[in-house]
Amino acid sequence: MAHASDDLLETDIDAYLDRHEHKSMLRFITCGSVDDGKSTLIGRLLYDSKLVFEDHLVALEADSKKVGTQGGELDFALLVDGLAAEREQGITIDVAYRFFSTERRKFIVADTPGHEQYTRNMVTGASTADLAIVLIDARKGVLTQTRRHSFVVSLLGIRHVVLAVNKIDLVDYSEEVYRQIESDYREFASQIGLDDVTCIPMSALAGDNITEVGPNMPWYDGLPLMGLLEDVQIDDELQSLPFRMAVQWVNRPDLDFRGFSGQISGGTVRPGVAVRVLPSGRATTVDRIVTFDGDLEEAVAGQSVTITLTDEVDVSRGDVIATSLAPPAVADQFEAHIIWMDDHEMLPGRPYLLKIGARTVNATLAQPKYKVNVNTLEHVAARTLELNEIGICNINLDRPIPFDAYGENRDMGGFILIDRFTNATVAAGLLHFALRRSDNVHWQAIEVDKSAHALQKAQKPCVVWFTGLSGSGKSTIANIVERKLFEQGRHTYLLDGDNVRHGLNKDLGFTDADRVENIRRVSEVSGLMVDAGLIVLVSFISPFIAERRMARERVGADEFIEVYVDTPLAVAEERDPKGLYLKARRGELANFTGIDSPYEAPESPELTVDTTSMTPEQAADLIIDHLRQHGFIN
Amino acid sequence: MTTLTHLQRLEAESIQIFREAVSESERPVMLYSVGKDSSVMLHLALKAFAPSPPPFQLLHVDTTWKFQAMYEFRDRLVAEKGLDLLVHRNPECVERGINPFDHGSATHTDMWKTEGLKQALDLYGFDLAFGGARRDEEKSRAKERVFSLRSAQHRWDPKLQRPELWHLYNARKAPGESVRVFPISNWTELDIWQYIHREQIPIVPLYFAAKRPVIERDGALIMVDDDRMPLQPGEVPEMRSVRFRTLGCYPLTGAVESEADTLTGIIQEMLLTTSSERQGRVIDHDSSGSMEKKKQEGYF
Ligand SMILES: Nc1nc2c(ncn2[C@@H]2O[C@H](COP(=O)(O)OP(=O)(O)OP(=O)(O)O)[C@@H](O)[C@H]2O)c(=O)[nH]1
Ligand SMILES: [Mg+2]
Repeated sequence: MAHASDDLLETDIDAYLDRHEHKSMLRFITCGSVDDGKSTLIGRLLYDSKLVFEDHLVALEADSKKVGTQGGELDFALLVDGLAAEREQGITIDVAYRFFSTERRKFIVADTPGHEQYTRNMVTGASTADLAIVLIDARKGVLTQTRRHSFVVSLLGIRHVVLAVNKIDLVDYSEEVYRQIESDYREFASQIGLDDVTCIPMSALAGDNITEVGPNMPWYDGLPLMGLLEDVQIDDELQSLPFRMAVQWVNRPDLDFRGFSGQISGGTVRPGVAVRVLPSGRATTVDRIVTFDGDLEEAVAGQSVTITLTDEVDVSRGDVIATSLAPPAVADQFEAHIIWMDDHEMLPGRPYLLKIGARTVNATLAQPKYKVNVNTLEHVAARTLELNEIGICNINLDRPIPFDAYGENRDMGGFILIDRFTNATVAAGLLHFALRRSDNVHWQAIEVDKSAHALQKAQKPCVVWFTGLSGSGKSTIANIVERKLFEQGRHTYLLDGDNVRHGLNKDLGFTDADRVENIRRVSEVSGLMVDAGLIVLVSFISPFIAERRMARERVGADEFIEVYVDTPLAVAEERDPKGLYLKARRGELANFTGIDSPYEAPESPELTVDTTSMTPEQAADLIIDHLRQHGFIN
Repeated sequence: MTTLTHLQRLEAESIQIFREAVSESERPVMLYSVGKDSSVMLHLALKAFAPSPPPFQLLHVDTTWKFQAMYEFRDRLVAEKGLDLLVHRNPECVERGINPFDHGSATHTDMWKTEGLKQALDLYGFDLAFGGARRDEEKSRAKERVFSLRSAQHRWDPKLQRPELWHLYNARKAPGESVRVFPISNWTELDIWQYIHREQIPIVPLYFAAKRPVIERDGALIMVDDDRMPLQPGEVPEMRSVRFRTLGCYPLTGAVESEADTLTGIIQEMLLTTSSERQGRVIDHDSSGSMEKKKQEGYF
């Protein structure tokens, strides 16, 4: 049973239920390095509190014999490690949620994996916790993973930490060992701003200091773990924040009713209160707070309600309704902490989806300002973030959003990043502040504008973007096109991969991240040249669909002509004009497109030229015809 | 300052999940199994979208072997509340007369429920399905996300779950893939009963103790719900005061002896019991990892 028994239960069930309903609730996690005993601790906590059903105990005994790590004795970790792969390997892979209650409190515990590879699952569990139990194996002391988890705990704003020095049975219940670990940990904790740390020595396996203080450590004069968990003060400060509600759903049962449904993430609200709708900034007043159970006089943070407004203002999903006394800021450029959680590294410059509250926008990340070495807390220069790395980056959004700093309101400042192609959740982020840049660096209002430039040159500027394998014939064709245009008196410029890499992009290599940045810069440059009225020919391998799309979006779809120079790999390799394929095959060139780096062919290019069935000259004519037909030249 | 109770918080969280799921899918559906968890889930759905009706249909994946009282309850509720309910019965099972006695509980469950569910989802093109599973029910459920991605073959990959932070859910998927959403993930069995009590949510009478005809088979009390149940020599149905903690196919659902015929009586018994609610389900006993395996294959 997941509930500690008590007398009221048998004598007065109604009183019992009433009390149960009003108990406070603590959400906590167990974290720390692999094998430190996190799952064992949760299993033990449930077992010692008599919170395990008999049929589960029978299963536990059988499982312990079959796959346990304790030579057939009860292996409490098996109560929580519920996946087949976990039981096989004796490790936790994904977070498990367990629910239990004592006479004094209710608990939701998330048992998280210690293994570095699964840090993202630890982050998942930690994001909703009020308290973290950080476990340390007394024989090993503070490890990298202890620090990493503590850093995440601090970053996510979990205020309370219990440091559990576990497996104390294996060091003869030594106070000295305990004190040393305690002082090591406290020193680290204070550096990362964790200042509410309670320490406790324990043996999860033997059950010392779990529900009761046992005889093995007379030198310990604190509470057992369960007592600590029951005692810790958790205060719900959300209601004292300014009122915020992200609109999840517009509720329109008929023409007479238009309500905005959402969960209040801060403050309180009443009918008659002045509010603003963000990002538009429109001011209005709350009319009614509607629920299934009737209208409310007041609603508070945490409640899910439907609000109607006195004016016909435009409100849609993702907008935030906020008190007009202290509305959130609205911005499109931020500095943020990023926790990277995907196997593929972060690609600066590539657009990702950013979801915050009920809103999803496009976001691009700049190169990290730095990443954090979780061991030394040093700031390390970085070009990208890899799985489980944490760094600081600037973020650029395609639309302004309302936000509060994460430290003030988690729901208004916490976001996830989603890959647009795999749909994976690739990162978690915390907004800290908006960059003033977007306010201050206004576009210079230029008098001689784009259309003036174009008019002067009597042409419609555009970008002709050649993509294809190395040696496919991009540069050859682009050169002929440029020559022909030039002969007709057109104003052109040819940006060629090799040339640009010698100058503007000479700091970039051939990793995925660098390839993305390479293309980002070239799209920006070609965008500026289009503004200058030029017909720009870009000849770059540009292997990724995402970046070519980014270039298209930067330039503008109606001024972007994607030409796929379609040459089979075997043919390009056969031609090998620069001898590069040979080198790549010999392993002398890493990340070579087509060999050990992917090429993603365009899905719907404006033009495809098949170089196996036409000459470069014919291909160039085809392109010039296209330009003429579409009015770029006459 | 208003302090929200635990149930109020759970309710608000579930409503937030419902609204998020509906906003981020094309064609959502709610799996309705007639049990207490479905009753609570339906009640929450009504709350989430009021004064509008829930913007999705309900789907009952039927096996024809549920208790008679469940069908009666379902049909009455649908009529009273004007619900839009689809019922799907795997036509292959209907044709071959799949049943737990001749084909065994595993095949019966797999063909009617797992295959039936997949068929129905494909047939109607649902891209998101609400389910009433709770994390406290079973140890592999304790590991599942609130928004759980399924492949085009409806498979769950426990090793590839998306991180799920705060209240931010990622419901994006490729064509053919779908998402299962569990709005009552964080509710416990006690929370469910307490909420039914507080909100006076109607539930199937089988949850309350009454004299019912049962036989004892393999240590379980099985109710003889209709004359399709083959009795073995010596088996004579006996009238005993029993009730059910969970409801499924009657031949596969064990009753418990009980006198509890009120909600508070049930809650009291539940709190004092020493066995889990799933113990009454014949199918879950097969093996320790059986639920995970079934879920990987597409079971709810
Ligand atoms: N002697 C002793 N062994 C322990 C104690 N706590 C845990 N163990 C053993 O340490 C091993 C690892 O325990 P787990 O609970 O699986 O460790 P974990 O921290 O959950 O590991 P991951 O989740 O994989 O990171 C098991 O064999 C446990 O039985 C303890 O207090 N004393
Ligand atoms: Mg573990």
